[in-house]
Amino acid sequence: MSELSNSSTDGNRTAPTGSSDIDHANPVAGAGSSAFEELPDAPPRRKIRFSIAGKIAMGVVAFWALMVVFGPTIAPYHEADFLDEALFIVPGSDDPYPQTDFQPPSGVAYLGTDYLGRDTLSRILYGARTTIGISLISTFLAYLVGVTLGIMAAIGGVVLDSILSRVNDAILSMPTIMLGLVVISAIGSTIPILIMLTGLIYASSVFRIARAFGLDIMVSDFVEAARVRGEGIWWIIGREILPNMIMPMATDFGLRFVYVILFISGLSFLGLGVQPPQSDWGSMVRENLSGLPYGAIAPLVPALAIATLTIAINMIVDDVSAHSGGKLAARMI
Amino acid sequence: MAALLEIDNLLIDARTDDGTMVPIVKGVSFNLDRGEVVALIGESGSGKTTIALSALGYAKPGLEFSGGEVRFDGVDVLTMASEERRELRGQRVAYLAQSAAASFNPALTIGEQVTESAILQGRMDRDTAYQRAEILYRALELPDPDRLGRRYPHQVSGGQLQRLMAAMALCGKPDLLVLDEPTTALDVTTQIEVLRAFKSVIRQEGAAALYVTHDLAVVAQIADRIVVLYGGEVQEYGSASDVINRPNHDYTRRLMSAVRPPPEAGQYAETTGEHRREVPALEVRNLTAGYGTGNARTAVKVLRDVNISVERGHSVGVIGESGCGKSTLARVISGLLPAQEGEVRLHGDTLHPDLKRRDRSDLQKIQFVFQMADTALNPRHRIDNLLGRPFEFYLGLTRSQKPEKIAELLKMVELPPDFAGRYPEELSGGQKQRINLARALAASPEILLCDEVISALDSIVGANIIELLKRLRKRTGVSFVFISHDLSTVASFADDIVVLYAGRVVEQGSTNKVLAPPYHPYTRLLISSVPELRIGWLEETMETSEAKAGIDRVVEITEVGCPFFNRCPLAIPGTCDKHVPPIREITDDHKIECHRSDEEFRHWASA
Repeated sequence: MSELSNSSTDGNRTAPTGSSDIDHANPVAGAGSSAFEELPDAPPRRKIRFSIAGKIAMGVVAFWALMVVFGPTIAPYHEADFLDEALFIVPGSDDPYPQTDFQPPSGVAYLGTDYLGRDTLSRILYGARTTIGISLISTFLAYLVGVTLGIMAAIGGVVLDSILSRVNDAILSMPTIMLGLVVISAIGSTIPILIMLTGLIYASSVFRIARAFGLDIMVSDFVEAARVRGEGIWWIIGREILPNMIMPMATDFGLRFVYVILFISGLSFLGLGVQPPQSDWGSMVRENLSGLPYGAIAPLVPALAIATLTIAINMIVDDVSAHSGGKLAARMI
Repeated sequence: MAALLEIDNLLIDARTDDGTMVPIVKGVSFNLDRGEVVALIGESGSGKTTIALSALGYAKPGLEFSGGEVRFDGVDVLTMASEERRELRGQRVAYLAQSAAASFNPALTIGEQVTESAILQGRMDRDTAYQRAEILYRALELPDPDRLGRRYPHQVSGGQLQRLMAAMALCGKPDLLVLDEPTTALDVTTQIEVLRAFKSVIRQEGAAALYVTHDLAVVAQIADRIVVLYGGEVQEYGSASDVINRPNHDYTRRLMSAVRPPPEAGQYAETTGEHRREVPALEVRNLTAGYGTGNARTAVKVLRDVNISVERGHSVGVIGESGCGKSTLARVISGLLPAQEGEVRLHGDTLHPDLKRRDRSDLQKIQFVFQMADTALNPRHRIDNLLGRPFEFYLGLTRSQKPEKIAELLKMVELPPDFAGRYPEELSGGQKQRINLARALAASPEILLCDEVISALDSIVGANIIELLKRLRKRTGVSFVFISHDLSTVASFADDIVVLYAGRVVEQGSTNKVLAPPYHPYTRLLISSVPELRIGWLEETMETSEAKAGIDRVVEITEVGCPFFNRCPLAIPGTCDKHVPPIREITDDHKIECHRSDEEFRHWASA
């Protein structure tokens, strides 16, 4: 096919020899031949459109992201500081309150104090870094493990697929929180252990999705085209499979991140997660539960923080999912 | 008397992504009388289905009626109360969708589904409905009408299922039948069986029908009047004989020129016999292949004992109906599906059956063009990446050398060079198929395997691709293996034709020889089943002996004997079903696999 190199002169689209596919049939009067060119026209590239809820949600997520970075810097107190009794003065007198715990919001503590008299706002801001940080790292770990194994299962043949899938089924069949409880009570709770544990537990659900997408994409024509070209397995994984997994998996990442936050918070609530005096949203809810009968807002604030962040992420995921035709949501269950 | 259906200046808008409304049906008007068949014809995107659905007062999600009237029996369907419209749908107007396989519930019997809507709407009781269904089965010439209602959808063939759809629609005695591309997905031999049944049942029932299709040759057989649509506007409207014999509008003429002429000998003869002494570019010897794991005995055999050779610079058309193994043949040649027995030779050298064990230079010489450009191009890669990869992979071109080559390649497939920066989803179907071809050409191949490359395209776009392939062939000297179910396409492009039936080669030879007598009985059936753009063709064809014997029979893959036995007008019971037929060399470039002799063929052909 040496003609390829010298084809530039005669292959021109507008050259009379090269474009008989449009001109030869008949020149349409008036409209010109372009009127009946190949239909339909190229569709415009689709862009993700965010709903109002989605835009608000982005604001909320951006806010918490900033708090992860700057929270400890702008917090009025350290997360472990017990506020001085002298700070709380009964209005109209010089007498301090008899106690500093479960104080209502005031100019001293904007969101009141917790059961030990620590500033709730400061603990929320410090806790943002702990909770979100641990969850994010755990989710990344879950993805690293889950996607790697999922693709291995999808392309590695029947035996490997069966082994990985059955082991994964076994892990999935155990309630996550129970599994967490058993492991942590056996080997203790430190932040690295917490991250590893959460990452591995959630890797199992990521594995399932990654395997499903991998299998789907492996049988698509463009992978077949790459195989018939003689491409190696790494090129197929890196250039054909992964780029087509990114969008759907990114949506799943948001949801998975939410589950991980709830899981870490749940463990902390049970006292097995982040250990005092470090603050964490889940443990803050538990510590301050005794304040509920007195109408203290200390247990509500961290609960609200968890709710805003998780709901906001869900809203964004909804929009992204709607963009891809809602098929994702169905596949992720 | 007023017409049954009057569509009057109908306007339909579509909502785009950014919320604005775009007109897609722009003031269409036509009438449909009782007992008449009106065809809506146009390419995809011409609005034909949208207009047909408006007869039911239905607009697909995202579409809105923005003006005009659709009067059914004098009443405007568009402004009807939804309760009345519900009465109308299914009872007075019935809709028949394209894919019967998708419209039947595999868990219910045929009888239950055919009678369901008539019973549900209280038009008749169960017994009457079942009797009515049986009458329809007979009218549609379905086998075993007494017991057909108790069978399940998977127990009948695709063509029968399509006719059962018509029974389903007609069961409630509707006044109007809307048929949406009812034969498009069918093979030619199945298509004429379904067409004939539709035509006779519409006559018998005295129903009116709105027939939506893109195929002018089909329209010529069934329609009384034709509405030619383009871009949501009526281009031409008139009686079938006027539109077909005396088309007025340029677009109609263009549509007609895209209908390929019926396959005949002598249409395409570019190469002569002089190359034949050389070693063939590609040779397939005693090939047996199939699917399924385990050893060759347990697997499903799709191809049996196939021998093909492709001369250098020739194009070989592989033709057969769905399921005959033609795509499998391409997959075996490319090495995607290793053969169970036999070998594939490239310039006389045997290739390893599995592509993973083939050299990169061997891979480069055989390139595969997939049927669906939509799925064969990775949607996440830009065109320049898609086209650049073969250059890099086979020819070792560097990043800086590629843009120039890509631009040349785009010119070669007659696309503007700025397409390099686009993504596949930004191209139309025909443009994508050109990119798909360009990617295969980038490797500078010697053999191009084209698997149904135009079957997913509109007729005009497809005709353009064929023209492009012819030019590319002249310029590059590539040999083609051109797989298609459409005999006219193959006849206009290939030097040699291989006819596959149920995994066996029943006839092969140069195009002129295959398309002229003597024929293998199956080839003759195939040739006579290609619809011609001529009114009255259907009736004539149904009278031929091959049609009587071969139409409306199920393809059986047999282990012994000739697979065509049960459909063959020349079958010899006791011989054809027991022994593998011998290969008869009629001339040195024409072989027929049949128990009948050359003389018997000639005698039959003249009869």
